[in-house]
Amino acid sequence: MESLLNFFSFQDPNVQLVVLGMLFISLSSSMVGSFAFLQKKSLVGDAVAHALLPGIAIAFMLTGSKNPWVLIVGALFSGWVSILIMDLLTKRSKLKMDTSIALVLSVMFGLGILLLTHIQHSDFGNQSGLDKFLFGNAASLNLTDVQAFGFVTLIIVVLVGVFYREFKLLAFNYDYAKTIGLPVKTMSFVMNTLLVLAITTGIQAVGVVLMAALLIAPAAAAKTWTHSLSKMIGIAMIFALFSSLLGSFISYTQANMPTGPWIVVILTLFTLLSLLFAPKRGAFARMKRQRKNSLKINTENFLKALYHLGEKEGAQLDWFQINAVLEQRSFNKVTLKRTLTNLSKKRNLVLDQNRVKLTKAGEVEAKRVVRLHRLWELYLTSRMHFKSDHIHSNAETVEHIITPEIEKELIKELGSPLLDPHSSKIPYSNEHE
Amino acid sequence: MSMNDLYIISTAILISASCGVLGVFLILRKMAMVGDAISHAVLPGIVLAFLFSGSRDSVTVLIGAMILGILASILIEVIHKKARLQEDAAIGVTFTWLFALGVILISVFSRQIDLDQDCVLYGEIAYVPLDLVFSGSGINLGPRALWVAGGLFLAVVAFVFVGYKGLQITSFNEEFAVSLGISAMVWHYALMGMVSAVTVASFEVVGAILVVALLVGPAASAYLLSKRLPAMLALTVFFGVLSSVSGYYLAKYLEGSIAGAIATMTGFWFAVSFAISKIKKPKSLDVKKPRISAGL
Repeated sequence: MESLLNFFSFQDPNVQLVVLGMLFISLSSSMVGSFAFLQKKSLVGDAVAHALLPGIAIAFMLTGSKNPWVLIVGALFSGWVSILIMDLLTKRSKLKMDTSIALVLSVMFGLGILLLTHIQHSDFGNQSGLDKFLFGNAASLNLTDVQAFGFVTLIIVVLVGVFYREFKLLAFNYDYAKTIGLPVKTMSFVMNTLLVLAITTGIQAVGVVLMAALLIAPAAAAKTWTHSLSKMIGIAMIFALFSSLLGSFISYTQANMPTGPWIVVILTLFTLLSLLFAPKRGAFARMKRQRKNSLKINTENFLKALYHLGEKEGAQLDWFQINAVLEQRSFNKVTLKRTLTNLSKKRNLVLDQNRVKLTKAGEVEAKRVVRLHRLWELYLTSRMHFKSDHIHSNAETVEHIITPEIEKELIKELGSPLLDPHSSKIPYSNEHE
Repeated sequence: MSMNDLYIISTAILISASCGVLGVFLILRKMAMVGDAISHAVLPGIVLAFLFSGSRDSVTVLIGAMILGILASILIEVIHKKARLQEDAAIGVTFTWLFALGVILISVFSRQIDLDQDCVLYGEIAYVPLDLVFSGSGINLGPRALWVAGGLFLAVVAFVFVGYKGLQITSFNEEFAVSLGISAMVWHYALMGMVSAVTVASFEVVGAILVVALLVGPAASAYLLSKRLPAMLALTVFFGVLSSVSGYYLAKYLEGSIAGAIATMTGFWFAVSFAISKIKKPKSLDVKKPRISAGL
């Protein structure tokens, strides 16, 4: 508890630096990551993160300096080269996208490791600290780092602000952006540069391997909560910021706990929870919708089968054996039970052991479904010129979807017809037999 | 060439051949990045199995990693298909999450586990000659890693030999395979399991990320220069050998990581193969032939 207060009162200057640094990193990577995610370039981001290493090593070898700006320039350069190579390989060779990405990622990383180990074994002066790019170390950020992060974040925020409309178009519809005369190549160049910049700062906190998570996970989580891009970026930032604060806190209080992996584990937890439980777009919400839909369809189908039976016997409101209904249309046991429960709950049906009987309300509903089926069949033959033996399965689907408005239109269009193409009577709800 | 050179180079050759052969099928199935993901995702499996069995080189660790590798590929499928997250993001989220869990587990059990992050990322093939196996009567049988790599290579060869038809058909035409009664799913997960096994076995030697270079590099080089699967497999092994040998001497020259140098050389030989494929094939012929697609 005490450590919680210590940490979140931000009085420790070290904590202030770390928190400020993480704030900048969360802002820049979730903002740029959202666009990369929408362009399906998350793995490109992963490859770029790995590919920054050789640039950083070469910049250090040339200048002997660990100044963040020198290293950022080196990183920017090799990040760009890697993007160009991936592009070239995908377009100009028979390699597919995934192979190009994996190839650039692993070869550039190998080159980076080779150079870093080469630096370690030769006289380049004080080279310690370069491996923070490998594993990231949010806890050891110093003032110069944080200033550099702040500046990079500022660049990203300003450019995204200026080019928001263009970036949005590019992310959602590249071809359309091209047709309306947007300079898509320049825009892609700017966006890729921002991606490399964001990654350059991010890897110092979470390391090369986990950088992809910082780009993708916030965007993936945020997308389940909203349709709007600006809201999505906002939500992604909140997820990223919260996770990085929590991750930094854990490594602040527990000795030997790495910051980056905790940030990523927490962040991914948010993502998985969002994917499962988000209202509307979460997996559970979708499953619930599907169940509701299938129950509705089964219910309507049972009513229809019962109606057909009654039509044959010439008595709609009689008792019928359930088995006789099942001969009209087969239901599996579980579905049948659920359907019958639903029907009697809605008072469309009276259930007595093995017999069922339509209520008045049930008859109205059954007539509605049968009417829609037959109206649609008639529409298909008379207006769409379908053969009458090709229409049944289509009508089986559409009868569950037609709204009262469309029903009215159909009746008007067909002139309140009495018979369907198979010469069965089309039942209307206001008539009495 | 000293005995040590020979040990290291032959270990590297065996590992790059095993990885390369599996990589061929990954590339053909457009699953190179899934291979990358698996090579990271096996980490928690290794750590847990390590804790469970108390040693790094046991069958338990191999099994632990295979389980995690297959689990990771199932997780990617589920997140992609059931939770409807686009595939690239599903891959990215899954492997970073599992890798992060692995690193945390290492930190939590750092006293019980002799594994560190450096080793996880780029291994150390230079230590191969230090860990020797001796027979009961004390005769030097060579490095342990060489035996592991040899066993691994035999396992991969056996796998491809037995499963050649299944792997081939499911890689090129899944629908056709299904119509022949060959289960695409069985071969998919068998391949994922093998990739995980190879990843773990190569782990100590070349590390998690450079395994990817060996999975993808030689196979991609061969892909550009061959039209038939047997030729592609043979060329892959050839490029693997070439990268291992040249990489070893590059590392010696620069006094750098051997694994890093081998990965760099896979890139170099790929560039060569890319250049050859461009020279061999004049540009005018590079136009894609219209594909006949079924049903349309």
